[in-house]
Amino acid sequence: MKLLTHNFLQCHIKGVKNGYPLNIEAVKIEERDADFDPDFLRSMFKRIDWKAFLVGAQALGCAEGLPEAVSEEQLQDDGFLQKFHHALLEVCLEEGSLICPETGRRFPVVKGIPNMLLNEDEV
Amino acid sequence: MKLKELHALMQDIEPFAQPKVQLEQYPTGADIASRMLYTIESMFNDIEGNIVVDLGTGTGMLAIGAALLGSPCVVALDVDADALQVAQDNCEQFEDPLPIDFVLCDVNQLQQQQRLQADTVIMNPPFGTKMKGADMAFLQAACSLGPKQIYSLNKSSTRSHIQKAALKELGCSSAEVLAELRYNLPATMRFHKQASVDIEVDLWRFELPAAAAAAGAAAVKKMKRMTNRMMLDLPGQR
Repeated sequence: MKLLTHNFLQCHIKGVKNGYPLNIEAVKIEERDADFDPDFLRSMFKRIDWKAFLVGAQALGCAEGLPEAVSEEQLQDDGFLQKFHHALLEVCLEEGSLICPETGRRFPVVKGIPNMLLNEDEV
Repeated sequence: MKLKELHALMQDIEPFAQPKVQLEQYPTGADIASRMLYTIESMFNDIEGNIVVDLGTGTGMLAIGAALLGSPCVVALDVDADALQVAQDNCEQFEDPLPIDFVLCDVNQLQQQQRLQADTVIMNPPFGTKMKGADMAFLQAACSLGPKQIYSLNKSSTRSHIQKAALKELGCSSAEVLAELRYNLPATMRFHKQASVDIEVDLWRFELPAAAAAAGAAAVKKMKRMTNRMMLDLPGQR
C-alpha cells in the first residue's frame, strides 16, 4: 500500500468523526520503482492532504526533506519532486496496521493489502 | 499501445482458482477486457494520466489493463481476500511493478470513504443474479467515488432499468451504451448444464456533472452521431 492510497483512506465506522488520517504501524516496508511524472505529481499535490501525507511518510521513514508547507517554487524543483515522488509512490507498506485516531480500531495490512472490511456492529 | 499488444499482455492473467458462486466470480476474459479498455482510452482518453478505480477487481484484469494503458494510479477493490491474492499474483507476473494498490473492502461500505475519489471508474460488477441488486449497488458506489466517468459491463436485459436509475436517481448527466457484447461464460460453475453460456452485455459509459470538460462533452456528442450500437468483433461469436 502506497502513501497515495493511505491518503485516500479513513476510518469509516459508523459515528466516527475524526477517523482521518489513519495512523500507521509499520512492520514491513518495501520499495518499488514507479514512473516519475512531474505533471502527475503536481496534480496529485493539489488532491492530497499534505499533513496526512507527512504523518504517513514519518511512519514509513521517508519524510526526510519533505517540508511542513510546500511553496510554488518547490513544485517546480526537481529535487523536491523526486523526494515527493519517492515517498508518495515508491514506499510500500507490506505488513502492519492502519489505526483509527479516534477509536484505536486497527485495520490490518497484509501483503500490502489493507483490510477495510467493517464488522456488523460497525456499519 | 496497439490493441493486439494489450491483448497479448493480458492473455496470461490467471482466472479464479475456485470461483465463489455467491459473489458471481466469473473472470473478465482478456478479449473483452482488452477491447473494453482500448475503447475507453483510444476514444475518450480516460485512462492515461487518470486515477482509476476498479470496483470488484476479482483477478485484477481491468486494473492491470488500466495500468498497462498508462494510468499512474489504480486502486483495485474487492470484498474477497482470495480473489485479491490471485490479482496480486497476476500483477507480479509483469517485469516492471504496476502502479496498482489493492484494498479489501465492501462496496456497500464505500459511501463513507469520502476521500477516495477517482477520475475514472471501470468495472465488471456482479450482474445481480445471485445477490439481488448487486449491479445497482456497484453503480451507486461508483458514483459515490466522484468520478468524471464510469465504465461498466451490465446485462443488456437490464438496460432501461439502469438508464433510468443512472439519470434519475444517481445524478449522471449522461448514460450511453457504447457497445453490445456477447459474454461467453464457459461452464465454470458446477450447476451449469450447458458447456457454455452466452450472455448479452452492454458496455456503458456514464458521465457525472461538474466535471464534463469540453473534450468529454464533445466525445459524447461524437458517440451520439455514430451508430449507437457496435458489435465488438469477438472471435467465434456469431
